[in-house]
Amino acid sequence: MTLDLQTEEKQPLSRDEVLQPLRTLENSKVRTEDLDAWYGNNQVLKKLNIEAREHSVTAIIGPSGCGKSTFIRCLNRMHELVPRAKISGRVILDGSDIYAKGVDPVTIRRRVGMVFQKPNPFPTMSVYDNVAAGLRLNGERNHSVLDRAVQQSLELAFLWDEVKGDLDKSGASLSGGQQQRLCIARALAVEPEVILMDEPCSALDPTATAKIEELIASIKGNYTVVIVTHNMQQAARVSDFTAFLYLGQLIEYGETTSLFENPVEELTERYLTGKFG
Amino acid sequence: MVLVRGAFPALTKFGVSFLTGTNWDAATGFGALPYILGTLVTALIAIMIGVPISLGIAIFLAEMAPDVIRVVVSNIVELLAAVPSIIYGLWGLYVLRIWVANYVQSPVQNSFGFLPIFSGTSYGLNFLTAGLILAIMIIPTIASISTEVMASVPTSQREAAYSVGATRWEVVRMSVLSYSRSGIFGATILGLGRAVGETMAVTLVIGGATGASALPTSLFKPGQTMTTILVNQLSEAESGSLQLAALLGIGLVLFAIAFAINVVAQLLVWRVLKVQAGAIE
Amino acid sequence: MRRFKDRLALWLGALSAMLAMIPLISILYEAVKNGASTLNVDFLTASPGVIGQPGGGIGPAIQGTLVLVGLTVIIGVPLGVLSGIYLSEFGDNPIGRVIRFLNDVLAEFPSVVIGVVIFTLVVLTLRSFSVIAGAFALSIIMLPIVTRSTEESLKLVPNSIRDASMALGIRKWRTTLSVVLATAKSGVVTGILLAIARVAGETAPLVFTILGSQYFFSSLNTTMDALPLRIYRLALLPYPYAQAQGWGAALVLILMVLVINIGVRLATRGRLYSTRSRA
Repeated sequence: MTLDLQTEEKQPLSRDEVLQPLRTLENSKVRTEDLDAWYGNNQVLKKLNIEAREHSVTAIIGPSGCGKSTFIRCLNRMHELVPRAKISGRVILDGSDIYAKGVDPVTIRRRVGMVFQKPNPFPTMSVYDNVAAGLRLNGERNHSVLDRAVQQSLELAFLWDEVKGDLDKSGASLSGGQQQRLCIARALAVEPEVILMDEPCSALDPTATAKIEELIASIKGNYTVVIVTHNMQQAARVSDFTAFLYLGQLIEYGETTSLFENPVEELTERYLTGKFG
Repeated sequence: MVLVRGAFPALTKFGVSFLTGTNWDAATGFGALPYILGTLVTALIAIMIGVPISLGIAIFLAEMAPDVIRVVVSNIVELLAAVPSIIYGLWGLYVLRIWVANYVQSPVQNSFGFLPIFSGTSYGLNFLTAGLILAIMIIPTIASISTEVMASVPTSQREAAYSVGATRWEVVRMSVLSYSRSGIFGATILGLGRAVGETMAVTLVIGGATGASALPTSLFKPGQTMTTILVNQLSEAESGSLQLAALLGIGLVLFAIAFAINVVAQLLVWRVLKVQAGAIE
Repeated sequence: MRRFKDRLALWLGALSAMLAMIPLISILYEAVKNGASTLNVDFLTASPGVIGQPGGGIGPAIQGTLVLVGLTVIIGVPLGVLSGIYLSEFGDNPIGRVIRFLNDVLAEFPSVVIGVVIFTLVVLTLRSFSVIAGAFALSIIMLPIVTRSTEESLKLVPNSIRDASMALGIRKWRTTLSVVLATAKSGVVTGILLAIARVAGETAPLVFTILGSQYFFSSLNTTMDALPLRIYRLALLPYPYAQAQGWGAALVLILMVLVINIGVRLATRGRLYSTRSRA
């Protein structure tokens, strides 16, 4: 895979440029090339070319059922775990295709972490064990390494102050918002490079949501975040770039502010003004 | 999941007469007919007595009982299933058969003793007691599956019946029972399988006759089933003897019958539970 | 008239329920009434006495049951749990369906037939009754129970947990063992306990395999005694002391089985998982 080095375009991308396969930009972290995905015979994603730039937040928006969740599951090779799921096209992480022959999906999943819609801490484990799970189950035994990783991850996730007094508390005994932050800490503990978030706040109340949005803003300097959300205002608040998906196809992609203020596509504009979805 | 076919085929060399003969001694040969019939008769009695009671319980639990009672009763029914069969046997030997001898055999024989089906002296160790104890043992099985099958009837069916003004019993009869019919049938077959295979309890109350005298010609006669003859004689039969071969032959027949019944029952119950789960979706 | 039939149905139902409860209550009552008087340390630890004379105890029988159950657990539990894991996590295919079906059929199999099979395979070939034969027979009985309950417990673990673990980059086998199994642990243990309660009470297979004896456990390839077996032998004796001893032993056995069953029920009360003993 050769890198095509180009300087960043300053103007908003024109319609043609949006619909062309994106050329690799200097700070592209992960991008897809003609990505198609199926569940059985049902094609859910059609020739997607989306990129997420390093140290930024990219939001994926669109009406329900347009394939947003399927899309990000292709980025960490979770899609293939569903029976009868198929995929074609390429997903390039730091210049190499994660679906190339011989690539171990497990290593990809350590580099690309995921947070799910409904918080899913491991029910029989304590707070500490939950965060340490990724490291421990991959062989890390050193207590001080684990202690440090747990504390750092919990701090990054804005949860440390609330649980530091009782790390042995069961993970399931926390509130919804705390559980989700626990899951974020757990994902951060394995030191991924990319973090995927599948509607992380949809099961939470506004206060918990705000906390997580704050969290995202604070970590994006060190990670690449791709967030799926059905809440447009959240996308506008939180992300630097936005991709609008409809029925499995990419309709528009651009810097968040310009996409929201001056959408190029009529479909985008109709979605943003609430005419459907 | 490991089905080991025993080596007994090689040891049976009688042909059909094995299944139809009634003698049981080294001189004239070994016929298994009395025992096969014994198994059938006791199982039949068990079904005839056990199924109605199980249905009554299932209907009661699934449709009628208030919550507290339902929990208590269904727990007790399930605990019944956990009691080891030898203990049922002990109880049957010391308690049930006395009851049968005094409250069933005597009065019936006093009035109808001339009927061949009621003849015989046995002090309670007879086919009837065996059938009775089997009935008690299969009730938990049939009742619990039937309850589950009935409970899985979609509420919409019941509501439809209620809305045309039916009483509770009529709702049960119209909507629930007809829907559950094949499931209940499957449960009955499963109970039948259990009755056929039950050993210890039957051994202690059936009396242990052998040969032609073990033919089940009367309820109040001592008898023998396939399972009980095995328990009584297998461990003492001489290795290599004809008797051993005969006993193993009985074992084979039992194996085949049990397998067939269980397969049929499983298929029925599986299918019904799946279909009804799908209907609720 | 219709009202009457409705009422009648209700009373008939209640009657059936009560009929069903009578045997259990009667059994417990008789066991306590007749057997409680024999229970003392002596009875529980001594060997059986001379036949025909009162005295002696069921020590070897209790020890035998414990030994048998221990051996059976060692043989049957790992195999059963592994099968359950296989069926739950990897078994959504034709082979899995066949295995599951055969497993269910085996679960309902008459224990006497299993005893006979082991008799031909082990006892006849080795030319002696043995403890190990008994353990094999009981593990065949235990296997499908443990497999089924393990599979059901694992299936109850929500997929989101598996997803979370895979997304962390943890391998599938590790996920299954350390995360899924750990979550389902209580259900699996429950299943094992119930299976133990079941095999502890089995008699028929033991008659053909360990045969029973007067002595304490000596070695793996000779005969041995066990509680259900002793009860059976005692029941066959016509002496009054045998009757009392029989009930005493029965009381011990019932207590063991009921304590496990009721204990399990209480511990899992209020959970989604219901333990239905399709014994």
